[in-house]
Amino acid sequence: MEALVAITIGTLTAVGLYLTLRLRSFPVILGLTMLSYAVNVFLFASGRLVQNQAPIIGSGETYADPLPQALVLTAIVISFGMTAVIMIMAIGGFLESGHDRVNMAASDPADADQDDAEEGWA
Amino acid sequence: MTLALIAALPFLGALLPGLMIRAGRDACAALTGSVTLLALCLLALQAPTVLAGGIVQTRIDWLPALGLNATFFLDGLGLLFAGLILGIGLLIILYARFYLAKSDPMGQFYSYLMLFQGAMVGIVLSDNILLLLIFWELTSLSSFLLIGYWKHLPEGRQGARMALAVTGGGGLAMIAGMLILGNIAGSYDLTVILTQKEAIQASPWYLPALILILLGAFTKSAQFPFHFWLPHAMAAPTPVSAYLHSATMVKAGLFLMARLWPVLAGTPEWFWIVSTAGLVTMVMAAKIAFFKDDLKALLAFSTVSHLGLITMLLGFGTRAAATVAVFHIINHATFKAALFMTAGIVDHEAHTRDIKRLGGLRTLMPITFGIALLASLSMAGIPPLNGFLSKELMLEEAAHTTWITPWAMGVLATIAALFSVAYSFRFLAHGFLGPVRDDYPHTPHDPGPGLWGAPAFLVVLVVVIGLFPMASAAWLVNAAASAVTGETVAVKITHWHGLQAVALWMSVAAVGGGLMMLGAFGPLRAIWDATPRPEAKRIFDGIIEPLAALARSLTYALHNSSLSRAIAVAVLAIAGAGLWAFTGGGHVPGTRALMPVEPLVAVVWAVMLAAALAVPFLHRVRVVALVFVGVVGLLLVPFFVLMSAPDLALTQLSVEVVTILLMLLALNFLPKTTPEESPAPRRLFDAGVAGIAGAGIGWLAWEMLTRQAAFPPISHFHLAQSKPGAGGTNVVNTILVDFRGYDTFGEIIVLGIAALAIYALSENLLRSPAVTRRLAETRPEREAGDRHPMMLVVSTRLLLPMAMMVGVYIYLRGHNMPGGGFVAGLVFAIAYLMQYMASGYVWSHSRQRFDHHVLIGWGVLIATLSGAGAWAFGLPFLTSGFEYVHLWPLEEFELATAAIFDLGVFLCVLGAVLLALASLSRLAQRTGEVVNTRAYDTEAPQETR
Repeated sequence: MEALVAITIGTLTAVGLYLTLRLRSFPVILGLTMLSYAVNVFLFASGRLVQNQAPIIGSGETYADPLPQALVLTAIVISFGMTAVIMIMAIGGFLESGHDRVNMAASDPADADQDDAEEGWA
Repeated sequence: MTLALIAALPFLGALLPGLMIRAGRDACAALTGSVTLLALCLLALQAPTVLAGGIVQTRIDWLPALGLNATFFLDGLGLLFAGLILGIGLLIILYARFYLAKSDPMGQFYSYLMLFQGAMVGIVLSDNILLLLIFWELTSLSSFLLIGYWKHLPEGRQGARMALAVTGGGGLAMIAGMLILGNIAGSYDLTVILTQKEAIQASPWYLPALILILLGAFTKSAQFPFHFWLPHAMAAPTPVSAYLHSATMVKAGLFLMARLWPVLAGTPEWFWIVSTAGLVTMVMAAKIAFFKDDLKALLAFSTVSHLGLITMLLGFGTRAAATVAVFHIINHATFKAALFMTAGIVDHEAHTRDIKRLGGLRTLMPITFGIALLASLSMAGIPPLNGFLSKELMLEEAAHTTWITPWAMGVLATIAALFSVAYSFRFLAHGFLGPVRDDYPHTPHDPGPGLWGAPAFLVVLVVVIGLFPMASAAWLVNAAASAVTGETVAVKITHWHGLQAVALWMSVAAVGGGLMMLGAFGPLRAIWDATPRPEAKRIFDGIIEPLAALARSLTYALHNSSLSRAIAVAVLAIAGAGLWAFTGGGHVPGTRALMPVEPLVAVVWAVMLAAALAVPFLHRVRVVALVFVGVVGLLLVPFFVLMSAPDLALTQLSVEVVTILLMLLALNFLPKTTPEESPAPRRLFDAGVAGIAGAGIGWLAWEMLTRQAAFPPISHFHLAQSKPGAGGTNVVNTILVDFRGYDTFGEIIVLGIAALAIYALSENLLRSPAVTRRLAETRPEREAGDRHPMMLVVSTRLLLPMAMMVGVYIYLRGHNMPGGGFVAGLVFAIAYLMQYMASGYVWSHSRQRFDHHVLIGWGVLIATLSGAGAWAFGLPFLTSGFEYVHLWPLEEFELATAAIFDLGVFLCVLGAVLLALASLSRLAQRTGEVVNTRAYDTEAPQETR
């Protein structure tokens, strides 16, 4: 079982990263979703894998570690919040600019510093 | 607590102007002033103790093990400075009210000013030097904001940057020096450090610490060779110049030298470094001031010169000289702040500060002239004003100090005094005397008392201290000088020291010479203009420009605005570091017993893996990719069930549903497919990067899962205490709402903020014409006939009450069984979302009684109140209580305050999810699609929006 979980974590990470390396916003967001699955499972697994020992007092003799579960529970909810925020950002970017590329056009560094250059540094 | 309150009041006051500015400028200024006044009153209440020789202390332990404590103490020196900061601050608030133009954002100005005031008060009241350093840096930052207040002026922005670079850089050096000092003394508390003179001066680290601390003090107090930033900072509005650059901030360096005087002074190193820097600064700046045409520039260099004077006196290391330094700090603050304000009035009325375009203001502005006359005579050191008293004492000290030769110090001090007389009279003569001109940019006349009131008050002090020094100032000088020197000082200040006093003849020479210099101004100016001088700004730029260029090229080399490149570099770097660390240590395979795999589990696992691996190949059709991602997410649910995590399973299930719905909705506005852009080698490279990282993480997970944790988990405590301590049997839930309630509290606030940010972003998008035009062009494709099929509408409405019942049930059982506020909130949210999907946005929205924002607000509020309720019982925030209740005919049940907290969580999650999706729906309404307003969409929709 441990091997299956490790392979799952690795696969989800790899797929998630491959998607975040794409050039358009939607695959990047999907990739982040996959990455958060991977991270959540990894964090959860840090409590080690146990079966039939839900941390409900009175349901058995020994219990699974409840702390990683509590952490992952909040992580799941927060990753929803994060996904929602970057989604609206992606929509905004697309609607404002008419395209959904994530890489800015390679600009001349001097452009961005026009202000500095005009004023001198100090 | 009073001292901490005095330091905190200005910071609290910094919040008010932004809010109060809507009530008008007078209300804003009055409120800001009253906060300062309150702090000043609190300070005055402490004064009797301090003047009687006592010390007031406030101690709040934070991290005592690291020496990090919020400790404050007030002695004579602190009283003097805090009084100056708050008192002059009050006058500046009044002056700024009338000085700033209608177009200047006054609320912002007062906020910055109060921020600065708080930081300054913090410096002078801090007992802990680490705390002092924080306040020190805060003054650099807030003065940056104040100098650059007129953002439209390039000089303002450049001056602000230069001031920040110089004083901030000095501050960094000082941090190092203070840490060394604290290390030698074995404590970071000033009250302890000040008793360790022998240990500190005997330490081999004394000289490095001294130099580093003096770097901080010299940069702050504009001592040579760091004096150049102060004149450039004069681009600030005049109230700022009067407050920061004459009365308070530039004196912070002096304060620090005075504060550490008992432990640092008295050595030859101290004498040579400090008194030389002070002397050079005093003479050089006085000479430059004489030739400046801008009134504020003249005053700026004069300030630098006087700061040099005080530094020099502190450098002498004798008790008498230190006492004179303290006295001159008071005098300089009064006359120089008044002069700056006068220059501001002239600028305000005549629309120029150029001395060459002024003259003759005496008859046009009699009140302003009166103020300027008294203040500049005091600056020149003319009896009987207060500037004369301290200058006499300074000359006396200088005459008796041996610096290289016995007479050099006295001669140079006399020369500085001579220039001081010259520029003071030039300020008066060229600015105010002479014939009235007819070519002022704007015909000047005296302003209202709002503008001249503050400098007039200061000039009254100048005269009173001048006439009755023993009655009006000696007590404060005594208290402050005793605190500086650590011995009881009883100063005697008189106007007449007798004919044999050498200072008298030095003064006479200075006044005579100064008047002659003014008479010969024309030829002297011609010589001055002809001699080449190093331009400090150019040198500074010459040093900073290459550094900035280096930083810029480094930044662009690492970050060329390509997200994918940045991610790839970061991932490879992390993987490389991980591999390096792994190969460096000895590796032993894990020995933990492995769990057998059941066949069904293996099948489900294979499906999930296949779904995950399919995504990279299918992702160009975005809906399909989304479906596959959803499959992976949903298959995590049985995994959590299997692995004894029922709460996670519930949460994952409900969040997954909400997330996929959100993404589907979002896909309405985005292209439906992803074009093929990367060439095959690039995709192969990306796959390689992703594969390396995935293999690394998977391997790490395997190594973790096959061995026990190195330390026993801390959750034994939670398991043992869940029932007796928190009253619940579901340990995950008790951790969330009880043991780690603070974390959860923070989390729901973050979630609420995220939802509000989404709302704000969508609101912003709707305001942009380009966006609304593009939105109107996107018409979602319609593939089915009915937009709101009756089956779906009816069934979702039937499901709504049932789903809510389930939600309530999940919420109630949460403390003891899997469930709780998070899951319940999500279940409610899904129930509502179904209505939005089935019956349309407008129909659903018109039936909604509360705004989603309100739900978030109530959620956070209820959680806060449930936590604050513990205070009523004298317990810390978020301590929970519970009781078992038996109510016939029900079985015994439990009432816990944690349930109220969980209600807050529930409301916040519900509100956040609904607000996020409602924001997207609002965008959808602009897509030019016809929207139904009726209950059922059986006939063709009529209304368009």
